[in-house]
Amino acid sequence: MTAEVKEQRGIKTQEYFVNMGPQHPSTHGVLRLVLELDGEIIQRVEPHIGYIHRSIEKMCEKDSYRQIVHLTDRMDYLSANMNNEAVCLAVESALEIEVPDRVKVIRTIIAELTRLASHQLWWGVMGMDLGALTAFLYGFRDREMINDIFEETCGARLTMNYNVPGGLMFDIHPNFQRRVKEFIAHFKTKIPEYDQLLSDNVIFRERTEGIGILSKEDAISYGATGPTGRASGFSCDVRKHHPYSAYDRVEFKEILMEKGDSFARYKARILEMWESLHIIEQLIDNIPEGEYQAPTKAVIKLPKGEFYQRVETARGELGVYVVSEGSKSPYRLKFRSPGFSNLFTIDHMARGYKIADLVAMMSTIDLVIPDIDR
Amino acid sequence: MNPILKYIGDIAHGLKTLIKGMQVTGYYISHAKKEIITQQYPENRESLEMFDRYRGIVEMPHDENNEHACTGCSACEVACPNGTIEIISKRVEDPETGRKKKAIDQFVYHYSMCTLCNLCILSCPTDAIIMGKNFEHSVFDRKQLTMTLNKPGSKIRADVKE
Amino acid sequence: MAIEWAIIGLVLILFVAISVIILVYVERKVAAFFQLRLGPMRVGKWGMLQTIADFIKLLMKEHIITKKADKFLFNLAPFIIVTASFLAIGAIPFALGLQVMDINIGVFYITAVSSIGVLGILLGGWAGNNKYSMIGALRSGAQVVSYELSITLSLLAMIVLAGSLQLSEIIASQQTGWWIFKGHIPAWIAFTVFVIAGTAETNRGPFDLAEAESELTAGFHTEYSGIKFAMFFLAEYVSLFIIAAVGATVFFGGWLPFHIGHWQVFNAVMDWIPPIVWFFGKVAAIIGLIMWFKWTFPRLRIDQLLILEWKYLLPINLVNLIIVSFIALMGWYL
Repeated sequence: MTAEVKEQRGIKTQEYFVNMGPQHPSTHGVLRLVLELDGEIIQRVEPHIGYIHRSIEKMCEKDSYRQIVHLTDRMDYLSANMNNEAVCLAVESALEIEVPDRVKVIRTIIAELTRLASHQLWWGVMGMDLGALTAFLYGFRDREMINDIFEETCGARLTMNYNVPGGLMFDIHPNFQRRVKEFIAHFKTKIPEYDQLLSDNVIFRERTEGIGILSKEDAISYGATGPTGRASGFSCDVRKHHPYSAYDRVEFKEILMEKGDSFARYKARILEMWESLHIIEQLIDNIPEGEYQAPTKAVIKLPKGEFYQRVETARGELGVYVVSEGSKSPYRLKFRSPGFSNLFTIDHMARGYKIADLVAMMSTIDLVIPDIDR
Repeated sequence: MNPILKYIGDIAHGLKTLIKGMQVTGYYISHAKKEIITQQYPENRESLEMFDRYRGIVEMPHDENNEHACTGCSACEVACPNGTIEIISKRVEDPETGRKKKAIDQFVYHYSMCTLCNLCILSCPTDAIIMGKNFEHSVFDRKQLTMTLNKPGSKIRADVKE
Repeated sequence: MAIEWAIIGLVLILFVAISVIILVYVERKVAAFFQLRLGPMRVGKWGMLQTIADFIKLLMKEHIITKKADKFLFNLAPFIIVTASFLAIGAIPFALGLQVMDINIGVFYITAVSSIGVLGILLGGWAGNNKYSMIGALRSGAQVVSYELSITLSLLAMIVLAGSLQLSEIIASQQTGWWIFKGHIPAWIAFTVFVIAGTAETNRGPFDLAEAESELTAGFHTEYSGIKFAMFFLAEYVSLFIIAAVGATVFFGGWLPFHIGHWQVFNAVMDWIPPIVWFFGKVAAIIGLIMWFKWTFPRLRIDQLLILEWKYLLPINLVNLIIVSFIALMGWYL
C-alpha cells in the first residue's frame, strides 16, 4: 500500500524491524541484518558486522613476514590460495625479488583452481538458498576433485598455506598435472548440467531476473568489484588491468554484463567458470622447468615505506597495504576486503523488494563473512 | 490472438525447462549405485588412506632404538607463529668430547593452538619432526592436547650433526 | 455393530501409522539418492528403524506452550488436521470391495473433507501467539484454499467422462482401459494440473514457502514441539498419500491391472498380480513423481505461487473442462 493510498483512507501503519540474526541458515556466516519492513516490502537493510572479528591485522603486526601468510588463509577461506598469493606478492614486489617462471605459472594454475572451487560452492549454496537442495550436493561433489588435488600437492584442503614469500613451499606433486587434466575433462561435462538444472529453470529465472538491480554508477561508487561489479558493467578485473603472476601471457575474456540484476551476477560467475577452465588448459601443459623458490634471506625485512598489491579473488579485488618501518614485522597491514564493499550494496539493491528476494540477492553477491570481519 | 499464443508459448517453454531439470536429477537417482560418492566414515577406517603430504599433527619419529633426531636447537620454536611449540632443553655431557652440550629434555607441543601451517617442519635443520597423517584427535580432557613429542628415555641418534 | 466400527477404526489408525513410517523413511532415502549420498544407514539394517527412533525421540520431548497462547486452540489444531486426513482415507478403494465407505459422492466427499485441514493450519498459526507464524499460517491457508479449486476442477474433467462421483463406479468405468489412455489429451492436461496442484495442496515441493521459509519463520508450526509437531508432520505425509491415491483411482484405474486390448496372455499375467499390489504400485509411482519435484526445483515466492494458480492453472482447467464436455458429447473418447 503506497503512502498516498494510506493517506487517503486514513490508515496509519508503523514500520517494524525484523532481525535476520547472526545465526541464520542463509546468511553464509555470522551476519546480522536489521530489516525495516512495511508489510512484506523492505524499506531499509542495515548490516551489522563484526561477529567473527579475530583481529588478524593486529596479529600480523607481531609476526614476521613468513608467518603472516598462514593467517590470510582464514580470511576468505574459499579463496585461500589467492589471499596467500597477495601477501607473498606484496613482499616480493617490495623486496624486488624476481620469482622463477615456474612459480608464476603454478601460482596462476592454483589460483584458478581455487576460483573454480569457490564458484562451485557458491553455485551449490545458491541453489540451496532458493530451495533446490540437490544443487548443493552436486556443487560439493565437483569441488571434491579440486580438494583432492590440493590435498595431494599442498597438504591441506581448506587452509593451504602453499605460497611463501619467494615462491612455493615445496614443488608440485608428480600427479598434479594428471589430476588437473582429469578434472578439466570431468568438469567440462558438468557445467552444462548446472545450466540444465538451475540456469534454464523457469522457476529460477522468475526468482532472479529483474531482482536487485545495481547500476554501473552505483557499482563504481560503492566499489563493488568482482563478479558483482562486472555484472553491472563495471570493468574492474585486476587480472586484466594490473596483471600479476602469469596472467599477462594467457588469453581470457573479462565477463561484463549489462543488466546488473541477480541473474546477471549469476551468469557472470558461470561464465567465469568457463574462463577459468580455459586459463588452466592453456597453462597446464606448459609448466616451465626451474626452481620452485627464489632465494630469500633468512630474516625478511622490508625497506621502509608503503606498499600495495592487488589480487583478484573469487569475490573481487583484495588489496594488501603494508606500511613498513624497516623491521621484520610490518608496522601496519591492512586488507581491502572485497566482501566489505560488496555487502553494503545490499541496502541500495533491496529497497522495494520482498524478503524472499533478499535471500536471492544475498546469495548472488556471494558473501563470505570472515572476509568482511577479518 | 497474439497474447494467447504467447501465453501458450510461455507455458510450453516453462514445462520444457522443468522437465530438462528433472532429467538431471532423474539420471542421478537411476544410476545411484555408481554415482554415490559418500563413504561411511567410521566403518571404512581400514581402507582410508591419506595423501603423503597431508598435515594431520606434528610428530617426532623414533626408530627402533628409541632414538630421534632432535637437537633442541629451537629453530621450530622461533618459526612457529603462535607459540605452539615449547622447547625445554637441558645440558648433557657429550660422551666423546666430555663437554656439556645442549639436548632436548621436553618438546612440548600444544595441539590445541596449532594451525598446522607447516613452518616448523620447514625450519628444522635435522628433519626431526614430520607431519603425521592421523586426524582423529578428539579428547574429553583438554590437558591431553598438550603433548610431549619425545618419548621418555629416548635420546638423540649418534649420527645427527648440529 | 459397534465392535465392527471399532475394529475398522483400529485398522485405519494402524494403516496410517505404518504408512507414515514407511513414507518418511522412503522420503529420506529417495532424497539421499538424488543427492548422491546414502541416507540413514545405521539404525537397523539400511536405516529402516530410523523413523521409529525419531518418533520415540519426539514422544519424549517436552510440550512447550507459549505464555499467552490460546491453550484450547493450541491443543486442538493438530487434532483437526489429523482428523481431516483420517476421514479422507476412509473413502479410498484399495481393492474390489476393500473400502470403508462407498458413498455415492465419493470424490466430492474426499475434497470436502480435505478442506477441513485448512482450519488446522490457520488455528495452529493463530494459537501460537507469534506474529510471524500467523503470517506463515495465513500464507499457507491462502495457498491451500486456492489450489483446492484446481484439484477439484481437474478431477471434474475425468468425472465428466466417467459419469459418476462414486469411486467404485469410476473404477468400473475404467475396465476397458485407464482414463489416462482413454481420455487422451484432456486427461493428460488434467493429470498434469492435478499433480502440480496436489503438491501445492500439501505444502510440499517447490511450494513449501510457508514451512521452509528459513528466512523468517518455520511457518505455522513454529510453536509446536514434541508429539504435536509430529502430528503436523504425520498429517502432511498422509495427505500426500491421499492425493496420490485419488490420482491413482481417477486417472490410473485404482486397483485395476494394466490390460492391452486383446492380448490374452499378457492380460492373464497382469491379472495374476493381486489388485492391492497394483494399487500401491500406482500410488508409489505418483508419490515418487511428487518427491522428484521437491528435490529438483527451487521454491516459488508466495506471489508467484498465487499467480500460477489464478492466472495459469485455473484458466487451463476451465478450458479443459469445456473441451472434455465437448468430447464427451461427441463421443470422441475411447
